[in-house]
Amino acid sequence: MTPFFLSSGLFLGWSLGANDASNVFGTAVGSRMIRFRTAAVSCSIFVILGAVISGAGATETLSDLGAVNAMAGSFVVAFAAAVSVYLMTLAKWPVSTSQAIVGSIVGWNLFSGFATDYNALTKIVLTWVACPLLSAAIAVICYKCVQVLVNSFSFHIFMLDRFTRAGLLLAGAFGSYSLGANNIANVVGVFLPGSFFDDLVVFDTLVFSARHQLFLIGSIAIAVGVFTYSRRVIETVGRGIFKLSPIMAFVAVLSHSIVLFLFASQGIESFLLAHGLPPIPLVPVSSSQAIVGAVLGMGLMRGGRNINWKKVSGIAVGWVCTPVIAGIVCFICLFFAQNVFQQIVFHRDLPIASIAQPPHVARNIVPDTRWFAENSNRGRFQGDSTFAIVYGL
Amino acid sequence: MTLRRILKTRTGIEKEIENFLNQVSQSGLIFNQGITTFFESNGDKFERLLQQMIDTEHRADRLRRSIEDHLYRKTLIPESRGDVLRMIETMDSLLGKFKGAMYQLYIEKPAIPQSLAAGVKSLSDNVVNSVEALTLSVRAYFTDINKVADHLHKVSFWEKEADVVSTQLQLEIFNNEQFELSQKMQLRDIIRRIEDISNQAEDVADSLSIYVIKRSL
Repeated sequence: MTPFFLSSGLFLGWSLGANDASNVFGTAVGSRMIRFRTAAVSCSIFVILGAVISGAGATETLSDLGAVNAMAGSFVVAFAAAVSVYLMTLAKWPVSTSQAIVGSIVGWNLFSGFATDYNALTKIVLTWVACPLLSAAIAVICYKCVQVLVNSFSFHIFMLDRFTRAGLLLAGAFGSYSLGANNIANVVGVFLPGSFFDDLVVFDTLVFSARHQLFLIGSIAIAVGVFTYSRRVIETVGRGIFKLSPIMAFVAVLSHSIVLFLFASQGIESFLLAHGLPPIPLVPVSSSQAIVGAVLGMGLMRGGRNINWKKVSGIAVGWVCTPVIAGIVCFICLFFAQNVFQQIVFHRDLPIASIAQPPHVARNIVPDTRWFAENSNRGRFQGDSTFAIVYGL
Repeated sequence: MTLRRILKTRTGIEKEIENFLNQVSQSGLIFNQGITTFFESNGDKFERLLQQMIDTEHRADRLRRSIEDHLYRKTLIPESRGDVLRMIETMDSLLGKFKGAMYQLYIEKPAIPQSLAAGVKSLSDNVVNSVEALTLSVRAYFTDINKVADHLHKVSFWEKEADVVSTQLQLEIFNNEQFELSQKMQLRDIIRRIEDISNQAEDVADSLSIYVIKRSL
C-alpha cells in the first residue's frame, strides 16, 4: 500500500516535469536554437543531479510549514496539489507546483488541526513576491552585461549564433539543476516524514540516505514528465514567448536559473551566515514566476511598451488563486479520504511542535545518533519509531 | 587556440556569404567596364565581359543556393534567417539586373550617340557606387552590425545621383529632334533599366535598415 501512496507525488513530479521544463528550455526549443531531444536529455540529467545533490535545502522549509505525518495524508496533499495544477492548466492559468503544494500543506494543517507555522508561511509568501522582483533585477543586470559584451566585441552574426546556442544550453542545464534542487521539495517533500525507505550503504562507506532515494525517484518522475509530455508545452511556450530575441531568451533563462539556485543553495546560505549577512531563505519558488519576472524586467527596461499588462494581471491572479484552490481541494480530499475511504490522514498523537528537535533536523543530512541515544533515555520523545516517522529517519 | 583566433575563425557559411558578396561587387565592376567598352565599340571585349558577367552570376547563384541550404538544414540564426535569405535573394537579383542590362546592349546594339556617352557612363558609375555601398552595408550586417549605418546612407546618395542623371538623359533624348520616336523609346528603356538597378539597391538598403533595428539588442 505504501508505495501506492507515493504515486500522487510521482504524478505531481511528472506534471512538474511536463510544465516547468518549458520555463527552462521553452524559448530555446521554440525558436529552434536547440533541438527538443538535446533539451530533454540535458534537462533530465541536470534535474536529477540538482534534486539528489542540492534538494535538501528547500525541503526543510516545507517541513517547517507542516510535517505531514501519515502516508495517506502525504498522498492526499500531493494529489490535491497535482489536481490543482491540472485544473489550473485546464483553465489556461499559469500554474506553480510550489504554490500548489504549499496551499495543500496549509489545507492539511487546517484539516488536522495542527498549527501552521506562520513564520515559515510568511517566509514562503514573501519569497513568492521577492522571486519575480529579484529575477527581474538580475535579468536587467545580465542583459546590460551581455549588451556591453556583444557591442564591444562586434561578433559575426554566425559566431554570435553559436555563442547564443551554447549559452542557452548551459543556462538551460544550470536552470534544470536549480529546478531539481529547488522544486524536488514540492514533489516528494511531503513524503519525507513518513518515508518507508532505508539508508543504502554502498561499498561500506557511501551512504545513500532514504531522503536521497526519495529525491532520486521524484526527480526521475520529473525527467519522465520532461520526456513524455513537455514537448507540447515547450513548443507552445516557445511560440508564445518568441518575441524575445534568442539573446533575451538566454538572459531570461539565466536569471531564472540564478534565482532558483539562490533559493535552493545551502552553500550560499552558509556563506552568508558565516559572513554575518542575512541568509536567503531556502524555499521552493516557482520557476514560472522567475521566468515571467525576468521577461517583465527586460520588457520594462526597454520602455514597457510591448508588455501585455492584461496578461500580466492574469498571471498575478493565477499566482494568488493557486495556493487557495490547492488548500480547498486538499481539505475536501482529506475529508473524503478519512471519512469515505477510512484512511488515517494524520496522527493526532504526534504533536510535531512538542517533539524536541535534534541538532541535525534543521539541516539534517547525517543523523546525530548520539543525540538519539541520550534523549531516548531521558524520555524526551515517544520512541525511536515515532521519531523515525515524524522526521523520516 | 587563442580567443582572438577563435573569434576570427570563419566557418563554411561565413566564407560562402563573403564570397557571394564578392560576386555582387565584382558584377558591378564588370558592368562598369562593359559600358565603357560599349562606347569604345569593342565588340569582342564586350562579349568577353558579358561572358564574365554570366559566369559571375552562375557562381553567385550556386553560392546563394548553398547558403540557403546551409541556413535551413542547420537551422542557423533562426531569428534573422528570413531577413538574411530575402537579402541574399534581392542581392542576387541585382546581379541579374546587371546581366540583363548588358544583354540588352548586346542584343539590341542601340545607337547611342556620343553626346550621351558621358551621361550614360556617369549613370553607370552612380549605379555601381550605390550597389557597392549596399554590398559594404550587407557585409557589415554580418560582421559588425554597428558599422552598417556608415555605408547605408551612401546607397541613398548614389541612388539620388543616378536619378538626377537619368532624368537629365531622358530630357536630352526626348528634346532631341533628330531621334525617331522608336529610338527615343529604346534609349529611354535602356536608361531606365540601368537606373532601376540603383532603385532596387535603395529598396534593399531600406529593408536592411529595418533588419538592423530588429537585430539590435
